[in-house]
Amino acid sequence: MCLGIPAKVTQVERSGEGKVDYLGTKVRVNFLLLENVKPGDWVIVHAGFAITKLDEEEARETLSLLREIAEKQGE
Amino acid sequence: MKELRDKKITHALLQEIEEKVRSESEPVRIMEVCGTHTMTVHRYGLKTLLKEAGVEMVSGPGCPVCITPNEIHEACLGLLTEKENIILASFGDMTRVPTRKGSLQTAIPAPRSMVKIVYSPAESLALARAHPDKEVVFFGAGFETTIPSIALTVKKAQAENLENYSVLSALWLIPPALRTILEAGETVVSGFLYPGHVSVIIGVKPYRFIADEFGVPGAVAGFEPNDILLGISAILDQVKKGKPGVYLEYGRVVNPEGNPVARAVMEEMLEPKDAFWRGLGRIPESGLKLRKRFAAYDAQAKHKLTIKEGSGDLPGCRCGEILRGLIAPPECPLYQKKCTPDSPFGPCMVSFEGACYVYYKFGRNEGAKSH
Amino acid sequence: MRNDLRKVSLELGSGGKLMRDFISSHIVPAFKNRFLKELSDASHLPAGAAFTTDSYVVDPIFFPGGDIGSLAVNGTINDLVVSGARPRFISLALILEEGLPWDDLEKILGSIKRAARRADVLVTTGDTKVVRRGQADKIYINTSGVGSVVGKPRLKSIRPGDRIILSGTLGEHSLAVMLARSEFGLEANVRSDCAPLNYLLPLWKKGTFWMRDITRGGLATILSELAEKLPYSVLIEEDKIPLSRAVRGASELLGIDPLYLACEGRAVLVAAHKQADLILRKIKAHPQGRRAAIIGRVDDKAGKPGELLLSTVTGGLRLLEPLTSELLPRIC
Repeated sequence: MCLGIPAKVTQVERSGEGKVDYLGTKVRVNFLLLENVKPGDWVIVHAGFAITKLDEEEARETLSLLREIAEKQGE
Repeated sequence: MKELRDKKITHALLQEIEEKVRSESEPVRIMEVCGTHTMTVHRYGLKTLLKEAGVEMVSGPGCPVCITPNEIHEACLGLLTEKENIILASFGDMTRVPTRKGSLQTAIPAPRSMVKIVYSPAESLALARAHPDKEVVFFGAGFETTIPSIALTVKKAQAENLENYSVLSALWLIPPALRTILEAGETVVSGFLYPGHVSVIIGVKPYRFIADEFGVPGAVAGFEPNDILLGISAILDQVKKGKPGVYLEYGRVVNPEGNPVARAVMEEMLEPKDAFWRGLGRIPESGLKLRKRFAAYDAQAKHKLTIKEGSGDLPGCRCGEILRGLIAPPECPLYQKKCTPDSPFGPCMVSFEGACYVYYKFGRNEGAKSH
Repeated sequence: MRNDLRKVSLELGSGGKLMRDFISSHIVPAFKNRFLKELSDASHLPAGAAFTTDSYVVDPIFFPGGDIGSLAVNGTINDLVVSGARPRFISLALILEEGLPWDDLEKILGSIKRAARRADVLVTTGDTKVVRRGQADKIYINTSGVGSVVGKPRLKSIRPGDRIILSGTLGEHSLAVMLARSEFGLEANVRSDCAPLNYLLPLWKKGTFWMRDITRGGLATILSELAEKLPYSVLIEEDKIPLSRAVRGASELLGIDPLYLACEGRAVLVAAHKQADLILRKIKAHPQGRRAAIIGRVDDKAGKPGELLLSTVTGGLRLLEPLTSELLPRIC
């Protein structure tokens, strides 16, 4: 029930709305469910609202775990 | 982040899963709570691959189109067909759910009334601003992922003093539904795949009772194919060790504490209510509604709509059992006969993530081997 | 005469089951003849002539990459090309709403003129009607087209191993119109792919067994219809399907599957196995065919006869079904 797309914040207005970019498509998004959003952040967009920020450190860990699993099975 | 869809990694994860399943004596059944997980599992052909590895995926109640009962749809239909100058704003697949009076899509609106599909609750507000001569009713249905956005939209409507806007809300909470399913004791699963984006809002703690009280393992997983497989692998670890817990696979997006700003908006605008779920019946404190001081934005109050629990059920429809994971789509006597995506009988066939729709579209090819 | 209290609903025109049922229960029985029975995009008549018609009611009438005028010409021309005929003449019937700005009308006529010239067809006859304000949505256009047959689809010649070729990226037209029409708040660099497919005509003599333009219902629907007619299955590979970055992004954001998005200048072909590479080279040599690709094949090992199968990017295999109802954005 939760289509959420990771997109990069390109513009934040004082009203709390702004724009994000996903593969070159820009969408108007409401940031009021988050705090301290700035251009360059990655957020998850659901139904026109940003609901969370992407944690790069955690992302790296997950990706490295996946790579490890592939290597282990390859042996 | 291509590792999340990488074929080689998928293959390796499936091998890992297969090895873990081999050492289990009981058949492995995992319930995907979230409709988007159901959709992803099918759309990437994972359902068959997992079955080959020994894991059966069972779909659960996490599909707002499926669990919103017909009587709420009928209330929308009533407004659309009987009142003039109404704009009924709704998310896409809600408009296709068939009721005794047809669906929002096929019904003929009253003069100068219409249905408008929206992608965001914010669009419904924009409609109200753009059409001051019309009365906009937003059919706001969703789980915790969407609820804060709907709440924020009503808050904005109030701040702008909009007089032509209200929300017919159908807001549902996942943890109480899971408790009901577990307490009924009919559905037997080895573990739960928890909804990643609902968890963004509520965090991980609300699922703990499932591990602690009922001893069922679970993982909060993301929505890419390898997210799901990683989550399933983690569930199998819990099964093997006999240590049920709540594994957070989707840490890059889910904060274990959830989103406090979102929850604060929910708290400000909404209060709990007992809700009546299709298939699950009345579940205490499983829904939310607008607080009394926002009654002007509550369509049910504003337009004096009567919604009688259970009154809209279509006899013969077995969606309820599908939602509880008791039967699979082919076991419903109407499936593929009287109920097809072209002419659906029940919502599980309407929603793009409804178990029956997904099964019909992606899963009928059970015998195909992977390439 | 039975008093039927039903009313026509919007869904009847959506191209789905309701429309197909209407055609088979009301249209075909009323006008029984061997030409209509085929229910193909263009009927092949005696003396090597092909004939087709289409009406255009698109909203909005102007969109990035085209307008209702260029659409009306190219849509009809393409129906002729994919049925094996060189488009020669078209008729142009206009229904105009009172109050339509003259400027808009001139722009559209200019579009029609340019599209006809580009596709080498002549507008030889037509009609103009004006209805009261409110009785039509700005402008409706009907074009009928006549062409000369240069090739014929040969379903019965198709064998396992024959290749499925796509002439370019998917979904640009559909998405361009969707974005131009709605308030989704999306900005995407998407232009309609509306264009004539005449450049594919020589391929009828080079080993092409079947061709369709990818209109309503998208690639999945068109190929489903092909598969249904064959004693084999059709297998396509997800990672071979060309998609522009913009369509990929916008469709994922909206939760829409690009395999169901309509195009107005793209075709899918079945090419004889031995000639597939040559046919692909010829298509790619044309500016409209730059992103063409072999995306799959006719198969007799995977799945059952009549099935359309998709090999997914993760190595899974699943059924691909035709579009059953209007494509709607989803949030779930």
